[in-house]
Amino acid sequence: MTQTTLRVNEHGLVQHADLQHLITALHDKGYQVIGPTLQDSAVVYDEIDSIADLPAGWTDEQDGGTYRLKRRDDAALFGYTNSPQSWKKFLHPPRRRLWQAQREDAESDFVFMPENGTLPRYAFLGVRACELNAIAIQNTVFTKGPFIDPMFKALHDAAFIVAVNCIQAGGTCFCASMDSGPHVHSGFDLALTELIDADRHVFLVEVGSRRGAEIMEQVPFEPAQEHDLAAVRRIESAVADDMGRTMDTTDIKQFLYDNVNHPRWDDVANRCLTCSNCTIVCPTCFCTTVEDVTDLTGNQAERWQRWDSCFTLDFAYIHGGSVRALARDRYRQWMTHKLASWIDQFDSSGCVGCGRCITWCPVGIDITEEVHAMRESDTTSAEISTLNMV
Amino acid sequence: MTTVESIESVLERHPFFKDIEPRLVHQMAEHASLSSFETGQMIFRQGEAANQFYIISKGQVALEVFAPQQGAIPLMTLSDGDVLGWSWLFEPYIWHLDARAMVETQTITLDGAGLRAECDHNHELGYHLMKHSVEIVVQRLQAALMQVIDVYGLKKQ
Amino acid sequence: MTATVAHSPTRNLPNPMLPNPYRVQRVRKETQDTFTLELEPANGQSDFHFAAGQFNMLYIFGVGEVPISISGDPGKPRKLVHTTRAVGVVTSAMQQLKRDDMVGVRGPFGNDWPVVEAQGKDVVIVAGGLGLAPVRPALYHVLNHREKYDNVVLLYGTRTPNDILYRREVEKWRARLDVDVHVTVDRAIHPWRGNVGVVTRLIPKSPFDHLNAVAMICGPEVMIRFTVLELERRGVLPDNIFISMERNMKCATGFCGHCQWGPNFVCKDGPVFRYSEIKPFFGQRGL
Repeated sequence: MTQTTLRVNEHGLVQHADLQHLITALHDKGYQVIGPTLQDSAVVYDEIDSIADLPAGWTDEQDGGTYRLKRRDDAALFGYTNSPQSWKKFLHPPRRRLWQAQREDAESDFVFMPENGTLPRYAFLGVRACELNAIAIQNTVFTKGPFIDPMFKALHDAAFIVAVNCIQAGGTCFCASMDSGPHVHSGFDLALTELIDADRHVFLVEVGSRRGAEIMEQVPFEPAQEHDLAAVRRIESAVADDMGRTMDTTDIKQFLYDNVNHPRWDDVANRCLTCSNCTIVCPTCFCTTVEDVTDLTGNQAERWQRWDSCFTLDFAYIHGGSVRALARDRYRQWMTHKLASWIDQFDSSGCVGCGRCITWCPVGIDITEEVHAMRESDTTSAEISTLNMV
Repeated sequence: MTTVESIESVLERHPFFKDIEPRLVHQMAEHASLSSFETGQMIFRQGEAANQFYIISKGQVALEVFAPQQGAIPLMTLSDGDVLGWSWLFEPYIWHLDARAMVETQTITLDGAGLRAECDHNHELGYHLMKHSVEIVVQRLQAALMQVIDVYGLKKQ
Repeated sequence: MTATVAHSPTRNLPNPMLPNPYRVQRVRKETQDTFTLELEPANGQSDFHFAAGQFNMLYIFGVGEVPISISGDPGKPRKLVHTTRAVGVVTSAMQQLKRDDMVGVRGPFGNDWPVVEAQGKDVVIVAGGLGLAPVRPALYHVLNHREKYDNVVLLYGTRTPNDILYRREVEKWRARLDVDVHVTVDRAIHPWRGNVGVVTRLIPKSPFDHLNAVAMICGPEVMIRFTVLELERRGVLPDNIFISMERNMKCATGFCGHCQWGPNFVCKDGPVFRYSEIKPFFGQRGL
């Protein structure tokens, strides 16, 4: 007997040939669909029109400082691990104007003009578990504190999320250690698991929201059988067991707080170029700075926000100099923030184990290896408060 | 004699004489006298023999350096309860700074030369005096270092 | 194709990044390089309510924005008062402002001095240099409600007598019988006849009960560090010592990440911190 609708938490099976209906349905609902596609020898997230834009039959090879596309021996659409850049660039854009101000001439008053333009409604196709967690983490940063970033909130709340479960782990992945993957559990509208073998190429769809259920009304599907769900569970546990990296997160907050003067910080500082690649590719890094600009008349002013990085010297500048003058200070700030102080600030780790900072570090610094090396020689210094006194 | 008695009781309570047994404090009180200085009066001058030290009972004293073009430059001010002078305890027993009463000032003046001689055969007394003197030197040094680094220079907006 | 549907729900939310227009009522030179701005809203009269210790982001057209603590009287919300030093591009432009010029104001941001917690206790305010500006609202508050506090002590240190902020006001406070005001300078200049030496030297002799005092410290970090040491030596508990911290700030709302200090965002968790809570990493280099 054919089922025509799916409710939240229900599963359906969509044939490869019918997946285009999903994209069409999203377009019809007014979404701008963003998905994985091949560009510049990488899988990137960009606007897509059809299933044909997806990187069918491609995967990637990732390691410290290494990323390379490779052919798969099947035609999987989501057979890569993750894209160099995350969905961050859509919800928290690298550059955006905050407001404008205008005056007649240098003597006259000025007025502020807020950004009231329309914002795109995104549908993200192919959000991995780690990325889903990263989006939730940034949502906490921008909307759960004393202030709300109205633009992030608008983009985030409007975004339709089609999550995709990983069918393989990448060389720098460690989401299993961070408890943020590889399987998606919540926070999506629809979740797909790609099931591909000699006999079939199908997608098991789980409905995560009423919005998702509505879209599924436009997509042909068959009921999912118990053996389909079992196949998904097998994939999940196989991927979890195959992580390229691991990290021991036991009591990691206090561990890092206690090891503020560990010699390993000097060691990593000798390798770190403070290039800020890791912060750019990190899906949770949220820091920004602002630029005030004027046009040539000097009567039209704008304020722009752009991504910033705690690896720059200017980042912690206060009159007289930078608070974090050494590479050691800056690497320590980044890693301690990710893994320790984030927990105090936002009740979760700031790391989702996606491995991008490892893959895209030009010198292959590996956050999991740094934690491991420190644990090997714990220098717990409980009393540090008066170290610098005369 | 009431003066010695009152001096002794002041000395007993003063942190400089903490841990020194009453017998010795009594001994020191015998080397002590009360002094008072008019506003502007020099208590000691740079280059003079340093044979005494002072516990300021009331008043304010400036430690100064004199520069020909700039006149007297006050480096630090001392007031009630402060101990003035340590050059009496260290060779060559010469004052390195000028001390001037900024207001009418009363002190207990202790005979440093006499105590010095006493310390030479009473090492326990010498130890306690040296220990407390060094404490004062350390405090002044720390304060002086902070003056040198211009501690208020870099301030928030 | 770009399927963009009209969608601007941002309109319903207050935008913490958008400044409000204010007008300069008065610019007053304080010392050689410091000045005070008095501002009022450009769009009609409305009071600016703030708590002692909070700060604003002040914007100069086309130049930029800087965090500046509010240094006026929280009991007089008509007037928005800021004192700062011309040290960078923005504050230098600020120094050129004249009456009726416009500035942008966002705020107030941050937490406040523990003026409520200090009720019934001795209040010891230790300020260094321009650090008197951020703590002046606390002193105003305490003096406005003088009967609620025991001894009130202000210890203030500056480089030279010419660097004393709000000089006439400090002299007025010093003349009061219900406040102990002690000022000290690093370098005396004729005709200075007061204390010479760093501000920490005033602590051992100040008239307060160390077991029943709340201390509020504002000044450069090094000064704070030595002041805390001296207060602890005097027996004041770390729970009762409060300091005001400075870090780079761009947004003041906890979004930009610049002002992080250990687990804290100075803009929203501070700028005032209870010493016992930050003691483990206070003074730690490069944090």
